[in-house]
Amino acid sequence: MNILYDEHLDGVIPMPDRTALLHKLSIRVPDLHILRTDEELKPYECDGLAAYRVMPLLVVLPETLEQVQRIMETCHEMNVPVVARGAGTGLSGGALPLEQGVLLVMAKFNQILEVNPEGRYARVQPGVRNLAISEASAMYGLYYAPDPSSQIACSIGGNVAENAGGVHCLKYGLTVHNLISVEIITIEGERMTLGSDALDAPGFDLMALFTGSEGMLGVVVEVKVKLLPKPQVARVLMASFDDVEKAGLAVGSIIAAGIIPGGLEMMDNLAIRAAEDFIHAGYPVEAEAILLCELDGVESDVDEETARVQEVLAQSGAIAVQIAKDEAERQRFWAGRKNAFPAVGRISPDYYCMDGTIPRRELPGVLKGIAALSEKYDLRVANVFHAGDGNMHPLILFDADQPGGLETAEALGGEILELCVKVGGTITGEHGVGREKINQMCAQFNDDELEFFHAVKAAFDPKRLLNPGKNIPTLNRCAEFGAMHIHRGELPFPELERF
Amino acid sequence: MSTTQTNRPGDRLSTASETALLEQVCEAINEGTPLMIQGGNSKAFLGRKTQGTILDTKIHQGVVNYDPTELVVSVKAGTSLAELESVLAEKGQFLPFEPPHFSETATVGGMVAAGIAGPRRPWVGSVRDFVLGTKVITGHGKLLRFGGEVMKNVAGYDLSRLMAGCYGCLGLITEVSMKVLPKPRHQRHLSIACDQTTALSNLTLWGQKPLPITGACFYQDRLYLRLEGGEASVNNFAQTLQGDELDPVFWNELKEQTLPFFQSPKHLWRLSLPVEAKQPSLEGDCLIDWGGAQRWFKTSQAENEIRQQATAQGGHATCFSQGVTDQPFQPLNPLVMRYHQQLKEQLDPKRIFNPGRMYSDY
Repeated sequence: MNILYDEHLDGVIPMPDRTALLHKLSIRVPDLHILRTDEELKPYECDGLAAYRVMPLLVVLPETLEQVQRIMETCHEMNVPVVARGAGTGLSGGALPLEQGVLLVMAKFNQILEVNPEGRYARVQPGVRNLAISEASAMYGLYYAPDPSSQIACSIGGNVAENAGGVHCLKYGLTVHNLISVEIITIEGERMTLGSDALDAPGFDLMALFTGSEGMLGVVVEVKVKLLPKPQVARVLMASFDDVEKAGLAVGSIIAAGIIPGGLEMMDNLAIRAAEDFIHAGYPVEAEAILLCELDGVESDVDEETARVQEVLAQSGAIAVQIAKDEAERQRFWAGRKNAFPAVGRISPDYYCMDGTIPRRELPGVLKGIAALSEKYDLRVANVFHAGDGNMHPLILFDADQPGGLETAEALGGEILELCVKVGGTITGEHGVGREKINQMCAQFNDDELEFFHAVKAAFDPKRLLNPGKNIPTLNRCAEFGAMHIHRGELPFPELERF
Repeated sequence: MSTTQTNRPGDRLSTASETALLEQVCEAINEGTPLMIQGGNSKAFLGRKTQGTILDTKIHQGVVNYDPTELVVSVKAGTSLAELESVLAEKGQFLPFEPPHFSETATVGGMVAAGIAGPRRPWVGSVRDFVLGTKVITGHGKLLRFGGEVMKNVAGYDLSRLMAGCYGCLGLITEVSMKVLPKPRHQRHLSIACDQTTALSNLTLWGQKPLPITGACFYQDRLYLRLEGGEASVNNFAQTLQGDELDPVFWNELKEQTLPFFQSPKHLWRLSLPVEAKQPSLEGDCLIDWGGAQRWFKTSQAENEIRQQATAQGGHATCFSQGVTDQPFQPLNPLVMRYHQQLKEQLDPKRIFNPGRMYSDY
């Protein structure tokens, strides 16, 4: 069942009168930068989910908030869908264009408006890159905590829309935990502030609702983020295990010892070998699993925690524990993990990345389940995951040139996601639903829940013009969705770190 | 249920008490009669006074699932907050946002619906920051589940966090899953004599450094500090402060509003302000909490003046004394109010859940 917009399943969208729209925009927004030829539109036909491509009706690149407001008003009036897009690094097709819709590219809003060390915040435009915020705050000893893997390229507007995560979520939270206020423009062109300059705002917590809403409720035009003091030191321990299950249990034991690591990552043997071959991080290639545990904070506290974690790891049956002896070794330990995706890419013609999250205690069972599925489908699966918060990224290795290769990988992926839901987890921990997991939403939520989601949407966008077809499937689609199908997640931007 | 939906462990069979709550909601929907959701009735003084048939969540009690190594607890809404806290304490864990009870009858559902956090809020986060999932009875008469028991979950809209702090106006929370944390390894409590300017400028300075502060309150020429973390870092910072030892009960009295400051007969107003805001010039006594981000006033100043001073600095004001004003929460601008009303209309079309509790408009 294809994930591209299907009017029979996802709802009818009449083809707008392109000439009339262009005419109206030229009057309402005279200086607007519009892309309209095929050559101009081509680069925008997909986001980070490059396997799926659609040419948008038009691409608009506004430079002022007034222009965004006029564009939205015009589209609202003419019933033209609007898909907002930031840097386009998203992995779930959240910014996949519609052929009947305008692609609203926010890239020109790339200014850091204010960094305020006293107030510990930064006020930025949506097109500002995630990492640029931390770079601009570094001189004050402050940083912006959420660090999605694509942080050198992804923009903060997209981070808000997707509620982006990263390696340090367990301790420092997701995007939603690190926002002070968000300015949005509604489909009717109104400007609205969610949150306030204080720690809370009167009324419903619309900022929490909008965070992660995938551009379905409004377009983010300004973001005020929380800045944190940079931890004094960060130290990484690497523990090797001769058994994946022991590594999984060690994760729970570290937390049971009262320690919340800054990062707690796990890789299985296939991932370890691939990463070691590629990066030469110094990983033990014989180990069935390794854990990378980063402890950060004030030096004396980190010393204390290091000793405790070493003890726990030894008790958990680690065959070796290594502490990065200096910053260079720490970076090297991380480099292996951060390059695990491209490393796996070197040992297989194609791979497909999953993003399920499970309760941590289910880790050993789910790993066994994945191993059994891997055998059943005769496809290798490399496991890398944010073990601290249960967010798994199993990588299914396949060859798309083999007949049925993609379909088999999809079927295996579907069963893995189903397993995640079955043990109390979710189909997506941080990559978002977008179009990629639109069908799996039918497995996670029942019809009444989906209808409730649609009711929320109707409160902000009754005409269904904002990013139609993403995030929440129609009941029609779910009715049609008989068997689970997972779609191939291709990774463009191979140079970006993938966690 | 859609034909493809996978069985989820969270879909535990509804208990008799949950079924009873659902029946009461369905009856209210059918008859179009508003409900007044009530747990321990400990926070009835907050918000506007409303009318309606009482829906008692206390019939639905108990910890459903708690695994300390998962850092997650799932609790029925009618469970007493004190009970939940003692269950967590047995395993050395706690609700880091230290919610006020305001009465020993306080329930978990009420705690989430009111969304009020205690002195640790600026350093660890708010109530909604720790909400991972909810089971909710909706205005359409359905028992639904959103979010779950995992830390990271971006499937669908984040309705669980939306339910926090909405005073029951968007649905009836029957169960909530929350992230919990291990208690800090070491604590110190100090008070230091200093004037307000020094206190606020020190807090601004300290806030930019990785220091183990998790409580900062200023009242009558004294700065009250709580330090938490590893033993060495806490003791090292305490040593530089040269303060007097403080009885830790102070923080409980602060969050429960039983300090002498709160006893004066004047009206209690809460000003939520940016941490770097100038001190508002209002008549009466002031106690500063949250390192400057929450300023309590005991004042007889007119409502308009109070609100203006709060909004002028990007914040807002809430009246915590009953019967002073018909709009205890800061009025919303018309645009924001319109979307609140539309959301209410969509999620509670028969207006049965606590209508008028937050604003007269919904």
